[in-house]
Amino acid sequence: MSFSERAAKAIKKPNLIRATKSAVQSFYWNRLAAYAELGEPEVADLKQRARAAREQAIGNLDAYLEQFATMLRSRGAQIYFTKTGAEAAQKVVDITRATGGRRIVKSKSMATEELHLNDALEAAGLHVRETDLGEYIIQLAGDPPAHIVGPAIGKDRYEIAALFAKEEGQPVDHDPQVLLQFARRKLRQEFLTADVGITGCNFAVAETGTIFLVTNEGNANLVTSQPRIQIVVVGMEKLVPTFADVEPLLALLPRACTGQAISSYVGMISGPRLPEEQDGPEELHVVVVDNGRSAIRQTEFEEALLCIRCGSCLNVCPVYRQVGGAAYGDTYSGPIGTVLTPLLRGLDQWSELPHVACSLCGACHDACPMSIHLDDLLLKLRQKTDREHLVSTGERWVFKLWTWAWATPGRYRLAARIARWLQLPFSRDGWIGWAPPPVKGWTDYRDLPVVQAETFRDRWAKRRLERGGRNAG
Amino acid sequence: MRVSFFATCIVDLFFPEVGMSAVEILERQGCEVDFPPGQTCCGQPAFNCGHTAEARTLALNYLNTFRDSEYIVMPSGSCAAMVRTHYRELFADEPELKKLAEDVAARTYEFSEFLVKVLNVRDVGASFPVKAAFHSSCHLTRELKVVQEPIQLLRKVAGLELKELDRQDLCCGFGGTFAVRSPQVSANMGDDKLDDAARQDAEVLVAADMACLMHLGGRNRRRAGGMKLMHLAEVLNRREGP
Repeated sequence: MSFSERAAKAIKKPNLIRATKSAVQSFYWNRLAAYAELGEPEVADLKQRARAAREQAIGNLDAYLEQFATMLRSRGAQIYFTKTGAEAAQKVVDITRATGGRRIVKSKSMATEELHLNDALEAAGLHVRETDLGEYIIQLAGDPPAHIVGPAIGKDRYEIAALFAKEEGQPVDHDPQVLLQFARRKLRQEFLTADVGITGCNFAVAETGTIFLVTNEGNANLVTSQPRIQIVVVGMEKLVPTFADVEPLLALLPRACTGQAISSYVGMISGPRLPEEQDGPEELHVVVVDNGRSAIRQTEFEEALLCIRCGSCLNVCPVYRQVGGAAYGDTYSGPIGTVLTPLLRGLDQWSELPHVACSLCGACHDACPMSIHLDDLLLKLRQKTDREHLVSTGERWVFKLWTWAWATPGRYRLAARIARWLQLPFSRDGWIGWAPPPVKGWTDYRDLPVVQAETFRDRWAKRRLERGGRNAG
Repeated sequence: MRVSFFATCIVDLFFPEVGMSAVEILERQGCEVDFPPGQTCCGQPAFNCGHTAEARTLALNYLNTFRDSEYIVMPSGSCAAMVRTHYRELFADEPELKKLAEDVAARTYEFSEFLVKVLNVRDVGASFPVKAAFHSSCHLTRELKVVQEPIQLLRKVAGLELKELDRQDLCCGFGGTFAVRSPQVSANMGDDKLDDAARQDAEVLVAADMACLMHLGGRNRRRAGGMKLMHLAEVLNRREGP
């Protein structure tokens, strides 16, 4: 299915679009308010320092990964480097099996979504439960996340009540409090019986081997403290060089995400339980995921690896709010998804996305706390589709012909004459209401003005004559 | 002051009166306006689709046409942004052409920007008693950073009551070939923009780019809406009593 087909499907669900628009609108206003509270110079300073730290990490990734691994190992954690998504998912399955784990609880993680980890765990006969409320909802629905930060933002309470009712085998009221208590009760059972906890990672500090978890619901704290075994799945680009580098990042992430000055919980994990400690997991396993990231390094797209998954670009994107996350067809949606999906999954398979999911408005770049030039990256992806002949031959010829015709004023005028002749059967009162492809896309939804009988240059020539060549040019 | 006018292909072919309004305003401000006949299009449609070789051909035509001009003024933020921010990328490996591109880019201005920054005028003597909202087009705002200039000009239009959109940051949905490749999404984006203007009780939605207005106007007409779409130059050229 193409983006357009998925988008058309989404547009047919007014509740989904209404819920999406309302969610991103509040995220948007909240971010502006949170930034305003800090003031522009402070935000600019944080952005600059945060980006510098991330650039430093991405530019020297191998060394920092090594340091991160050494620090973690020194405190008794196991660390694994995996190449493909399938390999990473298999590693998590293997760890779970080797440790005798059967019941798994998870906190929210985009990396594990990217690996389709739940599918792999279930296929291995293991029980896995998402414990972030939004993730729990989409796990029940079998959907990919609709938004990087709010995975279930497209669902209203009626839809959620229906999902819970199906899970319970009897009706569940759509009152938000009732829904919340339902999830709480269900998930509490999961926490108490789980032997494996899986989390993602927001920042991985090389200097200290610390894993940062930035969360709001408190579920990650249960996931990382109750089960016997803990597994952290971390995208290899999540590194920051030093502990101090986290400061500007931590100041920006919740503000950029939800407009919070700080999230409800910030967890720091640096190893399994030590002998003198009262709680925490007996074993800590860290799975570092490449899954296409190495191929982005040292290319014109490297900047995309600076992303901290705050979702700001989704919240300002004029396209995302019209179609929701599912239209993008993969884990990551919105502008960052339009850039990352072709890079991680292959441009040959995803060549359509950069062309159709973006109007090149540039709002994403303005909103990004890492100042990633997402619009430039999108344009570069479009250029790559041209270079690698991933656009249709028809389109290439349309542009070749158009350029040939418009490269000189003589041919341009001739093209205008031909257009005036071609538009004759379709025009009425100076407007075109229907036209065949490639104009059809326009006229399906909009009227098109006709090419004028007298163009600006015609008028100019006439005016010059009337004025006796006074305004020669 | 000699000003070379770049009409842009959209204004030339579809909206010649917008170009005429811009020229009349410039002349009233004492500019000697010429229209270099070699001009066609800035090449942005090809560039934005990733077809850089094609964009380069048209950029070369622009550079050759305007290489000797003192100032180049155009009624479009998007085309001006193409010349100013992207031409140098097209000639990145050709030092001489790159220098020419940077040189010509430095003399290239969007219409409202030229009035305010170069001619230092705010009041062009217009009067137009309507309630109007301004749509700050994306490339004008984000690439050229021309934000205040159109507003400053509109504030001086006698009788014009300026309304602010709730979400002026949102794209109108035109986006070049995006309008044809994702027409339904594009149209819905246009509806949101038109609805925002209507919510502010605006009678006229003004912009500095005819591409946005062609899309919004076409959509407004299709859904039989009551919004009037006007280019900034047309508004600034009005001399209507209250």
